[in-house]
Amino acid sequence: MLLLTCPNCGLTVEETELAPGGEAHLTRFGPASGDAEFEAYLFLRDNAKGVHFERWCHAYGCGKWFLAARDTATLQVFGTYSAQTKEPPAEILESIAKGRAT
Amino acid sequence: MRRFSAFAIAREALRHHEGWGRTWAKRPPKARYDVVIVGAGGHGLATAHYLGKNFGITNVAILEKGWLGGGNTGRNTTIIRSNYLQDPSAALYEKARSLYETMSQDLNYNVMFSPRGVIMLAQTHHEVRGYKRTAHANSLQGVQTEWIGPERVKELCPIMNIEGPRYPVLGGLWQARGGTARHDAVAWAYARACTDMGMDILQTCEVTGIRRDGGRVTGVETNLGEIGCDKLGIVVAGHSGVLAEMAGFRLPLESVALQALVSEPIKPCMDVVVMANTVHGYMSQSDKGEMVIGGGTDGYNNYTQRGSFHHIEETLRALVETFPMISRLKMLRQWGGIVDVTGDRSPILSKTPVEGVFINCGWGTGGFKAIPGSGWGMAELMAKGHSPLTEAFGLERFREGRFIDESVAAGVAH
Ligand SMILES: Cc1cc2nc3c(=O)[nH]c(=O)nc-3n(C[C@H](O)[C@H](O)[C@H](O)COP(=O)(O)OP(=O)(O)OC[C@H]3O[C@@H](n4cnc5c(N)ncnc54)[C@H](O)[C@@H]3O)c2cc1C
Ligand SMILES: [Zn+2]
Repeated sequence: MLLLTCPNCGLTVEETELAPGGEAHLTRFGPASGDAEFEAYLFLRDNAKGVHFERWCHAYGCGKWFLAARDTATLQVFGTYSAQTKEPPAEILESIAKGRAT
Repeated sequence: MRRFSAFAIAREALRHHEGWGRTWAKRPPKARYDVVIVGAGGHGLATAHYLGKNFGITNVAILEKGWLGGGNTGRNTTIIRSNYLQDPSAALYEKARSLYETMSQDLNYNVMFSPRGVIMLAQTHHEVRGYKRTAHANSLQGVQTEWIGPERVKELCPIMNIEGPRYPVLGGLWQARGGTARHDAVAWAYARACTDMGMDILQTCEVTGIRRDGGRVTGVETNLGEIGCDKLGIVVAGHSGVLAEMAGFRLPLESVALQALVSEPIKPCMDVVVMANTVHGYMSQSDKGEMVIGGGTDGYNNYTQRGSFHHIEETLRALVETFPMISRLKMLRQWGGIVDVTGDRSPILSKTPVEGVFINCGWGTGGFKAIPGSGWGMAELMAKGHSPLTEAFGLERFREGRFIDESVAAGVAH
């Protein structure tokens, strides 16, 4: 059972309380964009085997979105962070560097 | 290759079964092949087989990082049906289903194809409308399916409770010629036929890089050294994104876990396959007597071949309501596979941005049924550069907005 800490309300909860939302940090393209940009935004995914940055919604809790860094090959969780970021914060990258070294 | 027959069994019995040969040969890799296929699952092996059989291309190697058929091909619940909605899907899956009918004879290997019939239950009014529409579409496509009422469902599957409190059975889409087959045997049968044509099957050979020269493929790097090729077929299901990254492009799909489980064996009680998509569960009985059960995928990216336990619980909860007699059955085994799910829930059979590299993936939760048709079309695509069967399934459809939307049918494993 996957356990994640929701940074919005601070609770550590089981995955049955959460709804997965796919890859994080996608660039969202608007109406004036080209076909290739829309394709990239809507469909193309890194689908990483390894560290994956992803969106989660605390659906059966506070109802808010947040982001998580998780290894898809080991299911190790490196931490969760606010959805209001364009890239993973320094402490998450540090936790990944440390976690992957051991 | 020694042919299998009743006579051969008698002959070998008299010789204490010491005369049976290997099913496929074990040889070291050559330096170069005309075609290299990555992935010895059903789709990769079928592709290689039809390259040889239909196009005379036999200088072929099939590279497998684990053991042959050890991916999703050996982990699936073997439901075979072709009752899809869209024309390109119906054509491809029906081609596959019809090839399954004669596969044992064609490959001289018993794949235990059992056309016992498949019912897809309608448990909401939305599903009633959806399946009636599919039945009409199928009759135009030449795929034999039929809308049946709840009494007929009960007649076909007496152990079912059609008056469940929450989701009573309102009818179903019945495909009498659908069914199941032995998954391992399908992989082994194609492997045997490939080896007989002189192709090399290399197990424990993992592709770690794709060599290119000016936008064209020249070969692959593996743990057994470099292997050159003119054309490369990537047929690796859940690992498609990993191989695409090696070749320098991205794919419109994500890899998630799908689980299945089987019960202890019991006496024959159910001779059709039943799928219940609203409640996310399906069940059939194997020849050994085990109830074979599957449900929906996990929602998050995963490469570990392990899924979340609560999904199994949900599936069983739903099935116990539909089949009350299984409530005291013990479950024997449970496992997972990594399935490659695309944006429109339809597969990709396509050229790629790298010249000479072709990809066959995106079968997600439902590609076992498609193995022979997919191999047939993929071989034509790789040999001639185009194929009527695969035409609609190109990668460019995501950019051009020409989706083959089967997501209604693929919300659940099948
Ligand atoms: C639990 C479950 C139930 C299912 N139920 C059904 C069903 O009832 N009906 C149905 O039609 N479908 C079903 N499916 C889907 C079906 O199993 C798949 O769509 C199908 O088997 C895919 O076949 P494949 O040959 O593409 O992939 P696979 O059989 O997975 O073969 C791909 C192979 O590529 C190899 N590979 C990966 N990376 C590399 C590398 N770098 N180098 C070399 N080799 C590599 C892997 O080891 C693997 O053996 C189910 C799947 C699962 C997991
Ligand atoms: Zn919360």
